[in-house]
Amino acid sequence: MSQHTAETPISSTAERAAVVSERGRAPEGRWVIVTRGIQRHYDMGGEIVRALRGVDIAIARNEYVAIMGPSGSGKSTLMNVIGCLDTPTSGEYWLNGTLVSEMSDDQLARIRNKEIGFVFQTFNLLPRATALHNVELPLVYAGVSAEERHRRAKQALERVQLESRMDHRPNELSGGQRQRVAIARALVNNPSILLADEPTGNLDSATSEEIMKVFEELANTGQTVIMVTHEPDIAAHARRVVVLRDGLVATDDRREAFTERAGL
Amino acid sequence: MLLFDAIRLAFAQLRVQKLKSFFTALGVMIGVMFLITVVSIVAGMGNYMRDDLLGKLIAINSFELRQRPNINVGGVTDAERRSWRTRPHIYDYDLPAVADALAPGTLWASYSQNGINVESAYGTPRRVTAYGVSDQYFTIKRMGVALGRLPSPQEYALGSPVVVIGKDVQDHFFPNLNPLGRQLRVDGVPYTVIGVAEAQGSAFGMSFDGFLVAPDRAPIRRLLNPHGVVDAVMVQSASAAEIADNEERVREVMRARHHLHPAEPDDFALQTSDSALAFWNKIQHYLVLAGVALPAIGLVVGAIVIMNIMLVAVAERTREIGIRKALGARRTDILRQFLVESTVLAMVGASFGVALGFAFAKIISALSPLPAAVEIWSVVLGVSVGAGVGIVAGVYPASRAALLDPIAALRQE
Repeated sequence: MSQHTAETPISSTAERAAVVSERGRAPEGRWVIVTRGIQRHYDMGGEIVRALRGVDIAIARNEYVAIMGPSGSGKSTLMNVIGCLDTPTSGEYWLNGTLVSEMSDDQLARIRNKEIGFVFQTFNLLPRATALHNVELPLVYAGVSAEERHRRAKQALERVQLESRMDHRPNELSGGQRQRVAIARALVNNPSILLADEPTGNLDSATSEEIMKVFEELANTGQTVIMVTHEPDIAAHARRVVVLRDGLVATDDRREAFTERAGL
Repeated sequence: MLLFDAIRLAFAQLRVQKLKSFFTALGVMIGVMFLITVVSIVAGMGNYMRDDLLGKLIAINSFELRQRPNINVGGVTDAERRSWRTRPHIYDYDLPAVADALAPGTLWASYSQNGINVESAYGTPRRVTAYGVSDQYFTIKRMGVALGRLPSPQEYALGSPVVVIGKDVQDHFFPNLNPLGRQLRVDGVPYTVIGVAEAQGSAFGMSFDGFLVAPDRAPIRRLLNPHGVVDAVMVQSASAAEIADNEERVREVMRARHHLHPAEPDDFALQTSDSALAFWNKIQHYLVLAGVALPAIGLVVGAIVIMNIMLVAVAERTREIGIRKALGARRTDILRQFLVESTVLAMVGASFGVALGFAFAKIISALSPLPAAVEIWSVVLGVSVGAGVGIVAGVYPASRAALLDPIAALRQE
């Protein structure tokens, strides 16, 4: 893993407010994610559930952001929208300069493949495939040749220090190792954002620390990381914490302000 | 995702669940097996018809002049049959004129046949198919003798009471005896056996060796062609190219002799091996239809089984589909993956079916008089039928998989 470098700075509140307010305009290149008034409504048998009620978030390149909130706050829905698994009912979502909120399913699949690296709570590795094959998977859908796939997957596993276990299947790996395989898989396509959904939810605290260290290192090498969690001590690893409440952004602050408020 | 990756994935899936895959593909396997068996046997019968049977019934490069065809190409109406009965016969006094009209180098022979009661001192009386033939008969039929000799020109000219007999006739009337020079009473008239014909074999369990042949002028003529009526005149051209020419010559002579007006149709038949083959082709057509329809039922069942198993597989692997979609698989990628999987499954089943079908056809042909021929094109047929079944069976489950919502799919346990 790379050397521990200085923490990258976060965007300022004023800059964020400015970019969010410019409706209909493509944000500048430094902004990886800009959402403007994102709403997501579900029709639950005639009753409309408003999971997101106008979320404005701007995340610049190299930021390390945690999205927090109690259950029902809409953080999973927001993660699905940011991860291009779901499209908002209304509002703009700009990912890396392109408006993805209006895209078709297949276009979203391409974006997921190229721009987003997912890390899930339950790892979501293919049980019958080896670690190497699991890491190769995004490259398969990117149309990369077999040799190139192999080389890049191996490299990604080296980044998470798992090259020695690349021929093992998920059931032959520990929880922490599985999550590291998942991180390698998320990184293999050099995505714009690493999107982690409760990455430590299924891990004990020692292993959680280990995984958080991996994220830390990645953030320090310039990877944009977005982490969805409901655990304040995990969120405290990020540089910036966004707290959602009832489908709206409640607070969006530097870590220090958050930890102070949370009493950590 | 490339097709190649999808195929590799499908084979990996097959290997992981060998037994399940076997039972899934069993229906297709059995369907294709019967299909190949039927095709092999029909093809074998076709080869047999062309190469052996027709060669025996109708000599090479030849046609027969008859009052009416004796090998009928389906679709003959009762009215036609009635009109055939009123046609004039072919008489022995027609023969010189026909013979004169033929192209140089053409061979001809007349023959008449009938079932006649035959006795000998060594076997029970029995009905035997007797032929009264003119002198080129054996040459045209390419029939030689295994024992003794053929009738001499003098015997033909004099109508001597001599016979050449078939193998079965020898075995029945002269068991363990040399038949040459011995007496055979044909309708009470003693004939001397001068030769035993080469074995002619059998078709579909029917022997071609139960016959006797005598010169057409022998006393047997009273029974075979009373009033000088001749059953048929065989005309063998020197080459295939001359057949049509000789047919025209014979047609012209016979129409003239029967005083037919140009508007009137022929009142005789010129029967070629083609017309007999057309008859066979017609039978073969129905055989293939029946032979394909029955295995098709098996294939439909096989397709339903595969569709079911693929639906189960899609349900079982919903989470996998969700993962793949999250990582960038498009609908077509998922569709292709499952379509290829069901196709590979069906094709592997079909390949085993082809091999078993050939084995089955060989066993049937060994245990029964039905011949079988292994046709290479039927391998292609079997495997493509398998692929077709796989694709048809896979479309619905694969499209279900492709349309899954990634979020819901990922949430599934």
